[in-house]
Amino acid sequence: MNSGVTTAMKPRTLRRHFRESFKNLRRNGWMTFAAISAVTVTLLLTGIFLVIMLNVNKAGTDIERDVEVRVHIKLDTTEAEKEQLKQQISSLPEVESITYSSKEQELQNLIKDMGSDYALFEQSNPLYDVYVVKTARPQDTPDAARKIEQFAQTEKAVYGEEEVKNLFSFMKTARNVGAVLVAGLLFTAMFLISNTIKITIFARRKEIEIMKLVGATNWFIRWPFLLEGLWIGLLGSILPIAAIAIGYYYAEQAFSAQLASQLVDFIDYLPLVLPVTALMLVMAVFIGIWGSFLSVRRFLKI
Amino acid sequence: MIDMKGVTKKYSNGVTALSSVDVTIKQGEFVYIVGPSGAGKSTFIKLIYREEKPSSGTVTVGGINTATLRQRSVPALRRKVGVVFQDFKLLPLLTVYENVAFALEVIEEEPNMIRKRVMEVLDLVGLKHKARMLPTELSGGEQQRVAIARSIVNNPKVVIADEPTGNLDPDTSWDIMRLFGMINERGTTIVMATHNKDIVNTLRRRVIAIENGRIVRDEQRGDYGYEA
Repeated sequence: MNSGVTTAMKPRTLRRHFRESFKNLRRNGWMTFAAISAVTVTLLLTGIFLVIMLNVNKAGTDIERDVEVRVHIKLDTTEAEKEQLKQQISSLPEVESITYSSKEQELQNLIKDMGSDYALFEQSNPLYDVYVVKTARPQDTPDAARKIEQFAQTEKAVYGEEEVKNLFSFMKTARNVGAVLVAGLLFTAMFLISNTIKITIFARRKEIEIMKLVGATNWFIRWPFLLEGLWIGLLGSILPIAAIAIGYYYAEQAFSAQLASQLVDFIDYLPLVLPVTALMLVMAVFIGIWGSFLSVRRFLKI
Repeated sequence: MIDMKGVTKKYSNGVTALSSVDVTIKQGEFVYIVGPSGAGKSTFIKLIYREEKPSSGTVTVGGINTATLRQRSVPALRRKVGVVFQDFKLLPLLTVYENVAFALEVIEEEPNMIRKRVMEVLDLVGLKHKARMLPTELSGGEQQRVAIARSIVNNPKVVIADEPTGNLDPDTSWDIMRLFGMINERGTTIVMATHNKDIVNTLRRRVIAIENGRIVRDEQRGDYGYEA
């Protein structure tokens, strides 16, 4: 019924909002510093946590992928029966791949891993011929092993039962705990920014009251504070992003050499650092703007 | 200009500040609102610039019904209504000029127009020569004149004043009243809540007396009617 006030922003007004937001930052120097520090600490912790979680996750996946069923073939098995067993195992829905390893190869592997003392066994090899079976999904390993045990020519199907179960439950717990911690840290940062902006707004509540009384629109009043939150977020993200970018470079170099022979490895530099720092930047902007949005709301009700 | 019909205002704490108030104030009128403290004068004033909404009844200001006014249209109403308070409400870090210009800047007026209008109203209130001073360097009366300049810089149809002389000595109060008289002569409606018996009894205008949330008296050229 009544015409509102035009909402399209003039360039002059935008310049004013930028000027005001910087003025706010300077005028409340120590509060600004405190808020930026809060963002810095939170993002740094979140960033480090993310890097560790992503790497643990990858290590977990690497190890999971390596879980295999070793099928010991009965000693009296003929070549034809071996071929039949291979068919039986391959036709199980869980199974992805199957490779044969003769007991001579097995012994050579053992000697390589454990030392030449084991060469004594070359006289009389106590090992079995083995099918190494991998399942498409690591979780299916126990099921597949149980089915393979039923086959006539299977002496035993071994897969490190306890280790696999423990690993799976550890991975699950680690991921959940990580998600909860990251969420908690984000919440804390948002709360701190929101409180800081609240104090800078509180210092200017008289100004806001006058603006409201002479007919300024809510968005006109809100803009400088949203920008202020944005700057706090961005300034707070500089140090943590630099720390992650530089820190991971050195951490990867230092540990990669040591881990080279192992099963697990660090995630490569760019594929990790780019998404993590991008996410940190987005988080910084989001908590900055959202934090100030929350605090301005209360003061606009005049 | 201002039309209240069957206006009742209950606050959420249960206090009934106004009950069944009917008032019509025409364009160009000068109205005193008098009555004891806590009688409902401030609520009456706040209803006009929509700091409060009526619990029932209608308040119409310049054709706008404040009860059904949407939140985003409130600025449009406020731009038609100038407000002056007992405590001036000036920004201490801004100069006299900046304080007045502020009211136009935040509604995004053209810079050229702002400069012209601000100097005009500062001239009108007699403070052109103090435009570069800070509020703290001025007397109370001068500060109130800055506040009045700010309230009229946007050419509002009505100026609402809540005890504008409450903090000022008698001589200064007379200066301020003369200024309101000048503004009224230029066609602006003025609604003023006041406790100043001498002024009401000397500068005779329409008087609306409120007691216990009801209008008990509404006289053209009335007197204050209470012991000061």
